[in-house]
Amino acid sequence: MGSAFTLNGRAVDVDAEESATLIDVLRHQLQLRATRFGCGLEQCGACTVLVDGEPVQSCTRLVATVAGKSVTTLEGLRRDGVLHPLQEAFLAEQAGQCGYCLAGILMAAKALLDRNPNPTRAEIATALDGNLCRCGAHNRIIRAVARAAAAMRGSP
Amino acid sequence: MSAKPLPRSLAENPRLDNWIAFEPDRRVRLMVGKVELGQGIVTALTQIAAEELDVRPERLRVVSGDSERAPNEWYTAGSLSIEVSGASIRLACAEIRRLFLERIAADLRCDPAEISVVDGRFLRGQADTGLDYWQVAPKVDLARTATGEAAVKHASEMRVVGRSLARLDLPEKVAGAPFIHDLAPADALHARVLRRPNPGAQLVSFDEAAVRRAGKDVQIVRDGDFVAFVGVSESAAKVALAAAERTAKWQGGVQPVADAGSSQRLRAEPTIDQVTEFGAATGKKAARVHEAVYSKPFIAHASLAPSCAVARFANDRLEVITHAQGSYPLRTALSQWLKLAPEKIAVRHHQGAGCYGHNGADDAAADAALIATRLPGRSIRVQWSREDELSASPFGPAMAVKLRAELDAESRPVDWTIEIWSGIHGQRPGMNGLNLLPADALSDPPPPPKPHDIGEAGGGGATRNAQALYDLPRQRVVHHLITNPAVRTSALRSLGAFANVFAIESFMDELAVLADTDPMAYRLSLLSDPRARRVIETAARMSGWPGKGGEATAQGLGFARYKNRSGYAAVVVEARVEEAVRLSRIWCAVDGGLIINPDGAANQIEGGIIQAASWALKEEVRFAGGRVASATWDDYPILRFSEVPEIEIKLIEAQSEAALGLGEVAQGPTAAAIANAVARALGARIRDLPLTRERIAQALLAG
Repeated sequence: MGSAFTLNGRAVDVDAEESATLIDVLRHQLQLRATRFGCGLEQCGACTVLVDGEPVQSCTRLVATVAGKSVTTLEGLRRDGVLHPLQEAFLAEQAGQCGYCLAGILMAAKALLDRNPNPTRAEIATALDGNLCRCGAHNRIIRAVARAAAAMRGSP
Repeated sequence: MSAKPLPRSLAENPRLDNWIAFEPDRRVRLMVGKVELGQGIVTALTQIAAEELDVRPERLRVVSGDSERAPNEWYTAGSLSIEVSGASIRLACAEIRRLFLERIAADLRCDPAEISVVDGRFLRGQADTGLDYWQVAPKVDLARTATGEAAVKHASEMRVVGRSLARLDLPEKVAGAPFIHDLAPADALHARVLRRPNPGAQLVSFDEAAVRRAGKDVQIVRDGDFVAFVGVSESAAKVALAAAERTAKWQGGVQPVADAGSSQRLRAEPTIDQVTEFGAATGKKAARVHEAVYSKPFIAHASLAPSCAVARFANDRLEVITHAQGSYPLRTALSQWLKLAPEKIAVRHHQGAGCYGHNGADDAAADAALIATRLPGRSIRVQWSREDELSASPFGPAMAVKLRAELDAESRPVDWTIEIWSGIHGQRPGMNGLNLLPADALSDPPPPPKPHDIGEAGGGGATRNAQALYDLPRQRVVHHLITNPAVRTSALRSLGAFANVFAIESFMDELAVLADTDPMAYRLSLLSDPRARRVIETAARMSGWPGKGGEATAQGLGFARYKNRSGYAAVVVEARVEEAVRLSRIWCAVDGGLIINPDGAANQIEGGIIQAASWALKEEVRFAGGRVASATWDDYPILRFSEVPEIEIKLIEAQSEAALGLGEVAQGPTAAAIANAVARALGARIRDLPLTRERIAQALLAG
């Protein structure tokens, strides 16, 4: 079954089974492997992507349901080879250990900053509560999101 | 002659060219057996090599955990990578640098002391000799045995070590797909394995026709109770497995009871006992006796990614790509199991998600290896499910710990006994039998492991940190080793230290209450080790100990020196207890001696604190109907972003001391500090982890 949508700013048309999940199509059919599988049950957030700007767990989301919509993955954060301010901030804060949770967290953080450019610590934490981190990099990640928010607002 | 023995890694891989090679493009290849688990070890070891060789860290290229191209450094475990591998690399690189200086000095007919190195270029005095490592390398034979005698740099001379070099692996992790899960060989077949619901369960039947209907062109690999479904796409293998799971009938095996991890159950299990004594009894009469029993449940590794592996068998050679902690030990285990000579097996490490001990990585590699030998000529990619990861990986053993102190009139201990009930903490492949999950399911399984835990030379398993660091006249350690095959256990970050330190440090607070003394002052009155005192005093200063308190709010303290020979840590927690425990702030002081990378060290310590807080407040593997009943994140919750408090870490300045392992220092002290804060806030002591809402309610009712 065909499914046409916008992926990281480009039109794609994939031929996938009706039961195919968005993550499987991204990783296997489209070879975009930065979206990470964690649980398959919408419980960990590792597979978070943006669909029309909203954070969505791609592990259960059927690809058929994104037809006509705009999907953004970690690969789409970078523009013209330049890292997104969120990615820059995560490096500046050394926000991560194993890094497996980061793809989903970066996408959830992007959705947050797109609607709230100046979030408090509590607002960042709440926005990321659907994303698990097992290594304990939470505080660094929260600081990185705040740093990115400041950079994107243009304040020091 | 140096009288000091070489660190283990260098003693076992003594040739200098085991560690370092100079590559043509002015790069240096550093070869290490330790692997990146998210702890930043590759960055730290790079710094050590760069420091002693005097090259910029960017020049180093690290080959790690490859059984054909890196030294055998056993497992990446026990907070030993800096202590042992780091010390080995430091000595090897210092010696390589000296060999080059001697060679150049001989050519220039000068004293080696006149030659210095700046980013790999050799200077004589201030003048460039025009020579560098790469030009001179053909004239220096590194195929020689290390002596360990070359002088290493003094802390005051260090420029790269002691600096917070950014993690080398992070850029790819915020922008790309660097994990083992992302490997996609063109010839890959995807496999899923049918898991037994409980150890020893036998497969009576499953509906093969239903499996074949579900998964298009799926091959079934079966041997005994091992069944794998292999397809050209991951989804085909997945739906085939789902069909098998729906229709599979199992019988027998050993089934864990619902309360397998409870304190009472643990203390009623059959055990093998061992008693160790430290110090001598004073013969002083006790004025009173205080006893208490503490416990922790089975805890899951709960890595964020389900285990994964890729294996390929062709021309009688097996290649395995794994995120396991020990490439060589896994190679040995696979060799024994598959009856394939070790030189015909290559095991290569590739990063997976964070790993905190013996999780499912080895088992997934064994799954892939077995399937590959049955389907030669194709890459076999095995991907576990979340449910596999949370139920089939080995667990950290449940433990019960009983403390008994005989006290004098001032409530100072005159005699002390710790009694520990625990399953086995060290069952990595090859440590204690084969212990590879698929091997046990075959029609001809290997013999079961012998009941044996890690010995004292290895830091102990259940007995890790059983001996308290306090000034006690006599300590008796009674180790009851439980051999319970119904629950598969092995190493989880800090092993027995987590429960023992939680118990000892909770008990110290209880003794302080009996002595009517501040818990910090009580500890210091029994602690002569100056480095131990310093971390406690520092953490107390950072936190404004004992805090202002407030409604249902209190501070708690926990301390330990990991393994009584690695890093020192003191943790102060401020907690507010209403229906549940809310962590408000955490402070931690650590003395890890020479710190290679301060930010990396702080990252590890903070991560350890958060993970230990998660264990202490939330985590418990549950059993129902004879099987694991906590196989999803909903059933096995861990700490979330909004539950993590702000944390302040201070590293004690001790750069002239030896580097001490610190990746696990905070586990026990954090749990104890939380329990002590909760006890003070609540006015009632909870001795069983996790400190759940239900236990708080019970304590309030009982109080």
